[in-house]
Amino acid sequence: MAGSAGIGMPFLELDNLTKRFGDQLAVDGLSLVVDRGEFVTLLGPSGCGKTTTLQMIAGFLDVTSGSIRLEGRDLLAVKPARRGLGIVFQSYALFPHMTAGENIAFGLEMQGIGRAERNERVRGALALVGLAGLAERYPRRMSGGQQQRVALARALVIRPRILLLDEPLSNLDAKLREEMQLELRQIQRTLGTTTILVTHDQAEAMALSDRVVVMNRGRVEQIATAQEAYERPASPFVASFLGKTNELAGRVSLGVVRIATGTWTKPTAADGQAIVVVRPEKIALAPPAPDRLTGTVRMRVFQGNHWLYRIETAAGAILVIRQNRGEPGPAEGETVGLSWRAEDMLVRPRREDPA
Amino acid sequence: MRSGKVSRPSLGGARVAWLLSLPALAIFVAVVIVPLAMTALLSFHDWGQYKGIEPVLILKNWREVLTDPYFREMFVRTFRIALLVTLITALLGAPEAYILNRMRSPWRGIFLLVILGPLLISVVARTLGWALLFGGSSGVVNRALMGLGLIKGPLPFMFTETGVVVALSHVLLPFLVLAVWAALQRVDVQVENAATSLGAGHLTVLRRIVLPQAMPGVLSGAIIVFALAASAFATPAIIGGRRLKVAATLAYDEFLNTLNWPLGAAVAVLLLLALVAVILGCNALIERRYAEAFR
Repeated sequence: MAGSAGIGMPFLELDNLTKRFGDQLAVDGLSLVVDRGEFVTLLGPSGCGKTTTLQMIAGFLDVTSGSIRLEGRDLLAVKPARRGLGIVFQSYALFPHMTAGENIAFGLEMQGIGRAERNERVRGALALVGLAGLAERYPRRMSGGQQQRVALARALVIRPRILLLDEPLSNLDAKLREEMQLELRQIQRTLGTTTILVTHDQAEAMALSDRVVVMNRGRVEQIATAQEAYERPASPFVASFLGKTNELAGRVSLGVVRIATGTWTKPTAADGQAIVVVRPEKIALAPPAPDRLTGTVRMRVFQGNHWLYRIETAAGAILVIRQNRGEPGPAEGETVGLSWRAEDMLVRPRREDPA
Repeated sequence: MRSGKVSRPSLGGARVAWLLSLPALAIFVAVVIVPLAMTALLSFHDWGQYKGIEPVLILKNWREVLTDPYFREMFVRTFRIALLVTLITALLGAPEAYILNRMRSPWRGIFLLVILGPLLISVVARTLGWALLFGGSSGVVNRALMGLGLIKGPLPFMFTETGVVVALSHVLLPFLVLAVWAALQRVDVQVENAATSLGAGHLTVLRRIVLPQAMPGVLSGAIIVFALAASAFATPAIIGGRRLKVAATLAYDEFLNTLNWPLGAAVAVLLLLALVAVILGCNALIERRYAEAFR
C-alpha cells in the first residue's frame, strides 16, 4: 500500500456517504479512507453506486447524508469549480471547439496562469501522455486513444489534489485498453497523484489499483488489495465478480470437506452443509481416483495461453483453466479427476434457505 | 470511427434510385424550376400601360430596379427588417433553447409547444392579434397603458417598421430555437461538468463552452430566419400595410395592382438573387470557421 507513512491524518475520507434518489438508495453508507498517493478503484456492476460516489466527490451531485473530507477539510462546503480535482470522463468530454492544446490550457487559464507558463505546462502535459506535437489538432480529428490521452493531460495539468477517473478506458478496444492501463499506472506512479478510478472491469481494477473497493447495490462488499480480494473474497458476490469462480455444494465433518467423491482436509472449516469456492486456475486435472472428485469433459475451448474446460461432475459443472504448455490435455468426453490444494478453496457454511 | 464498409450500389441500384426519386424530381422541376425560369425571362420583357406585356428582351426593368432610389429604399428596408429580426430571434432564441434543453420531461414538451405556438396559428389570426393589442387608440394594450397614464398617445405599432419587426420575430423565433436546440442536443452534458471541474464558473462555462458549441446552430437558425424574414409576405402586408412596403409586398403590388408583371418579376428575381448570395456567403463562412471542429 502506498503512502501510508503520511502525516497521521487521512488524505481523503468518505464517512457514511449516502445518496438517495427518490426512495432508492444509490449509495448506502459508504466509508472509505484514501491515503495520499494511493490508487483506489471503485469496482462493481452498473448501478452499484460507484459513479454516483465519484460524482459526489466531484461535486456534480448533492450528498444526501454523510461527509467528505480532504486533508481534514469539509469538501462538501467547497464549490465544484474550487475543489481542484482532475476528472477524466467516460466520454472524455473534451471541448470540441478547442484544439488539444487549448483543451489542456483551459484549466490553467481558469487558474489565471500566464501565457508563457501555460504553454510550457501544456507542452509538458502533452509529452507526458505521448502526444507531443499534436497541440494544434482538434479532438474530432483524433483517435479514441488520443482523445483519451488529451482528457488525461487536461486533468493532470492543473496538478489536481485528486485524479478522478470515470470508466476512462471503457471506450477503447481491448488491445489499446491494456496499453493504456500500463501507461496510466506508469504516469500515476511518476506523478504520485492520489487517484480514484471507477470501473466495472475487474481486470482493469486489478491491474491498476493499490486497493479495490468492491461495491454492489450501493453497499461496499469489500475493501482490500486486489490480490487479497481475489484470493480471499469477503462475500460470494466479490468471488463471482472478481474473475471466474466455481461455487460447489459440499459437506464438512470433523475438518474433512467432502464434495461428491472428493475429500480435502481443512481443520478450520465448520461442520455442516457448506459452499466451497474455488478458482478455475487452481484446479488441476489428474487421472481419476476413488477419493477424487471426477467428471466428464463436456467442452474445452482454446484461448491461446490457456484452455478453458467445462467438466460435468456429481457436484455440478466446474470450470477449469489449464495453462497451455504445448501438449494437448484431455479431450471432450474423457473422464478426469479434479484436485486442488485445501488452501486454495474457501469453505463457508451454507445458509438454510430453499433457494 | 465508423466501420467504413458500405457496399457500392450496382448499376441497377443507381437506376432504381433515379426511378424512385423521379416523381419528386418531376414535381420539383415543374413547380419550382420552370416557374422560376419563366419569371426570370419575364423580367426582361417590356410592359406598357396600353400595350401590355411585350415578349422582347430588354434591360429596362432591371435598370429601373437597380437605379431608382424608390426601389433601393424598399430593398434596404427589407434587409434592415430581416437583419433586426435575425438579431432579436438569436438573442431571445439561443438562451431559450439552452433552457429548453435543460428542462425535464413533462416541462420540456409543454414549453416546446408554447414555443412552437406561433407556427400553429394562422398568419391572419396571429397578425390580427397584434392589431387587436396595439392597433391605434382602441388596441387593448394601448388603452390599458393610456388608462394607467403611462403613455399619452397610442404606441406606434401598426404600419411601422417596429411593428413588422416585432411580429416577424414572434413567428420566426421557433425556427431559431429548434436549430439551436438541435445543436445543443449533440453536446455532451459532461462537457460542462468538465469545464466546471477545471475551475470555470457558470458564466465562463456558458461563454467559453456552451455558446461556441451552440454557435453552428445559432448561425444555421439565423440563416433560416433571415431568409424567411426577408421574403415574408403576409405579416408585412397586414402590419406594414400599403404605407410600409417591403420587397415581397412590392412585387405583389406590381403584379396585381399595377399589373406591371415584368417589373414585379425583376423585383422578385432580385430579392431571390440577393437572398441566395447572402445565404451562400454565410454558409461558406460557417463551413470555413467550423469545418475543423464540427465535421
